[in-house]
Amino acid sequence: MKKKLISAPYIVWMAVFIVVPLAMVAYFAFTDGDGHFTLDYIANVAQYTNIFVRSIWLAAIATVICLVIAYPAAFILATMDKKHQSTMIMIVMLPMWMNFLLRTYAWMTLLGNNGIINRALGLIGLGPYKLLNTQGAVVLGMVYNYLPYMILPLYSVIVKIDKMLLEAAQDLGANSRKVMFKVVFPLSLPGVMSGITMVFVPAISTFIISRMLGGGSNLLIGDLIEMQFLGNSYNPNLGAGISLVLMVIVLLIMTIMNQFDSDDEDRVLI
Amino acid sequence: MQNLISLRNINVVFDGEVILNNINLDIKDKEFVTLLGPSGCGKTTTLRIIGGFVTPDSGSVSFEGKEINNLPAYKRNVNTVFQRYALFPHLNVYDNVAFGLRIKKMNEKDIQKRVAEILELVNLKGYEKRSVNSLSGGQQQRVAIARALVNRPKVLLLDEPLGALDLKLRKEMQIELKAIQQQLEITFIYVTHDQEEALTMSDTVVVMNKGNIQQIGTPVDIYNEPINAFVADFIGESNILDGIMKKDLLVEIFGSEFECVDSGFGENVPVDVVIRPEDIKLVDAENAKIAGIVESVTFKGVHYEMVIDAFDFSWLVHSTKAAEVGSTVGISFDPYDIHIMKKMEEKK
Amino acid sequence: MKKISKIYMLLLLLFFYLPIFVLIVFSFNTTKSRSVFEGFTFDWYVKLFHNELILTSFRNTIIISLLASVLSTILGTAAAIGIRNMKKFPKALALNVNNIPIINPEIVTGVSLMLLFVFFAARMSFSFGFGTLLIAHITFDVPYVVLNVMPKFRQMNPNIYEAAQDLGCNSVQAFFKVVLPEIMPGIVSGFLMSFTFSLDDFVISYFTSGATSQTLPITIYSMTRRKVSPEINALSTIIFAVVVAVLLLKNIIDKKGEKEMTI
Repeated sequence: MKKKLISAPYIVWMAVFIVVPLAMVAYFAFTDGDGHFTLDYIANVAQYTNIFVRSIWLAAIATVICLVIAYPAAFILATMDKKHQSTMIMIVMLPMWMNFLLRTYAWMTLLGNNGIINRALGLIGLGPYKLLNTQGAVVLGMVYNYLPYMILPLYSVIVKIDKMLLEAAQDLGANSRKVMFKVVFPLSLPGVMSGITMVFVPAISTFIISRMLGGGSNLLIGDLIEMQFLGNSYNPNLGAGISLVLMVIVLLIMTIMNQFDSDDEDRVLI
Repeated sequence: MQNLISLRNINVVFDGEVILNNINLDIKDKEFVTLLGPSGCGKTTTLRIIGGFVTPDSGSVSFEGKEINNLPAYKRNVNTVFQRYALFPHLNVYDNVAFGLRIKKMNEKDIQKRVAEILELVNLKGYEKRSVNSLSGGQQQRVAIARALVNRPKVLLLDEPLGALDLKLRKEMQIELKAIQQQLEITFIYVTHDQEEALTMSDTVVVMNKGNIQQIGTPVDIYNEPINAFVADFIGESNILDGIMKKDLLVEIFGSEFECVDSGFGENVPVDVVIRPEDIKLVDAENAKIAGIVESVTFKGVHYEMVIDAFDFSWLVHSTKAAEVGSTVGISFDPYDIHIMKKMEEKK
Repeated sequence: MKKISKIYMLLLLLFFYLPIFVLIVFSFNTTKSRSVFEGFTFDWYVKLFHNELILTSFRNTIIISLLASVLSTILGTAAAIGIRNMKKFPKALALNVNNIPIINPEIVTGVSLMLLFVFFAARMSFSFGFGTLLIAHITFDVPYVVLNVMPKFRQMNPNIYEAAQDLGCNSVQAFFKVVLPEIMPGIVSGFLMSFTFSLDDFVISYFTSGATSQTLPITIYSMTRRKVSPEINALSTIIFAVVVAVLLLKNIIDKKGEKEMTI
């Protein structure tokens, strides 16, 4: 079949709008304003080590919390009555369909000094506490926004585990806790890995959550990049340098996670 | 009778591998021809050349005397029943069967008549509105046959059509297919690796191996007069022994001389000797030229299958009487049950 | 379900829905207070529908999303057909490049496209706006179309294309009559996915849109940056209601489809 040509438009599109822009990021990261080669900007990234550490730290905490909350939820969903399963999943996933900014905004109003949480605490004589503009608030925002991305891949892997395997394990003398740790969990590892990437990558690169819930004092990598391009400290070369470092971090994480991945071709990251 | 399809000197090479090596084959009108061979022998490729899905690298394909090498599949007056059926999952039974006629822009009224006729023929009346996914394997098979036959092709190509069915259903379908072929009086070209299927249904069997045609003949010829050890082995079970043709009508096997009915091989020529398991008789060990120890006995329903070790060769023997495992028995066979074949040249 | 499972799921749903529920309640509040409900009113909704900025950006969002997802679906389906027939290495390469926008942090995709546009805007005298936004959306939409369509080819019985030719179709007819219906579910889900991603996208749009082509998420962002405005609550309520309605409808259609399959 002479059908290869039909993909030519998209191949060109990918070259121009995916490959070239990334090449430009690399180019800007290694040159100064006049186009001369320099390592200054990459070296300058080191100044922001504290921001990188904070981003990785907060994103890691959020990812772990997501995993801990999502695993039981995914297991419950996967093992519940088939009749209600699809409805239940729809209910769990529904908030994800709300715009991301609005979901984050909701927490802004809840956590504020005059917010409903502090008001409720006030009724029993506590507070007000500073909830908004803290690292805790940023982690909460990440967990709230990205938890569905953890539940979904876990669910879709656990639901495919053959029930016969669980029975076989029981038959061979495993109690239900052992079945869980020796059979279910190892088999669900691909889901765990893709869940981790799907939470960690957006969490480490966000700039909205930190801006809306973290106030000015909890800058993340995303904020840093955004400031170099659209903020006050316009410096695309430095921004490109930071973006490049971010990409490398993400790529490293993905490579590590892929080590555990199954070779299931059909699985899509979404 | 004039040849309907002729393949002349067909060669196909794919990725440096010879798939078909100088194939010559004539198929007559209204014939039931089976291409038989192990997987990778080139039988499906041969079928696909006739169907128009593979263009040979050299050689000519002619249909009713006209060369059709470059005629695309959709312009050929042949239809195919595909392996795994290839039914269109988005269409129901009726629309699947009507597909070809609609492409030909036949009016709906005639289509209705033709489809009803053909569904009746394959015993699927009443299934018109059913989704093809809801049918059993056997029913899907019938839809695939109906979908091809409704176009009234000169030739129907069938690519291992019964492969996915269970044994009982396969036997039923074999009989049914043969009946359909005789009723409609069209040519069937049938591809299978199942020798029993080939013998049951065919007028002509074409045995293929490694891209070469080994033998073309009626089922009886192929079974009784296999041309070489490969055919003998592939068609039914055989004992293939090394022998030496001493002279015409006399062959030496494991040091003993046996009378046979073959001649023309020359003197003192190494040959393959083929003896069918059911042609071997068990006799007293003392009087026999060949005697051995019974290694195993398996009950097969109609007969016992025994393996007898003699002269370091495991003889396969079918007999209605069982010998005892471990006992020593004699083996004998009649001259006309000894089939002498030229040694096969080792093909690369 | 065991009792503990039920409690667990209940707490989870509470966590998911409580913030949204609070937004909805306070969208009907007479004052701007975020914690005390003073009285019931539709004022914020009325204001919302008179807010020229929101209405314009809403219209922009719909236009961009529709256009981007339709074009992406065509581009992506064609690409999937071609990529499927490629040899091993170019195929792997094409699929890997296709995955980049999915894997890469959104902010990097946004920034890289911005750099490209800045570079060419100066040389070819165009400015950031509808065009750049559309290109950006198509760039992150097509990968999802490709990823949705490719598996459908793999699930398809490869013989049905030949079967169609065998029954008299030329290759174009065979494609439209047999192959297209087979991969249609993938095309539709690819389209819906790109449409919703386009509707929802903030980060990439933020870096690639101009002043004249603000989408709804960008407008929402600038509203949250300024003072408290219960109009956002009203907008959230409407969006939430639409989402619920759409998903309910989809669920009903799916259920109906399942029933027809089993009959």
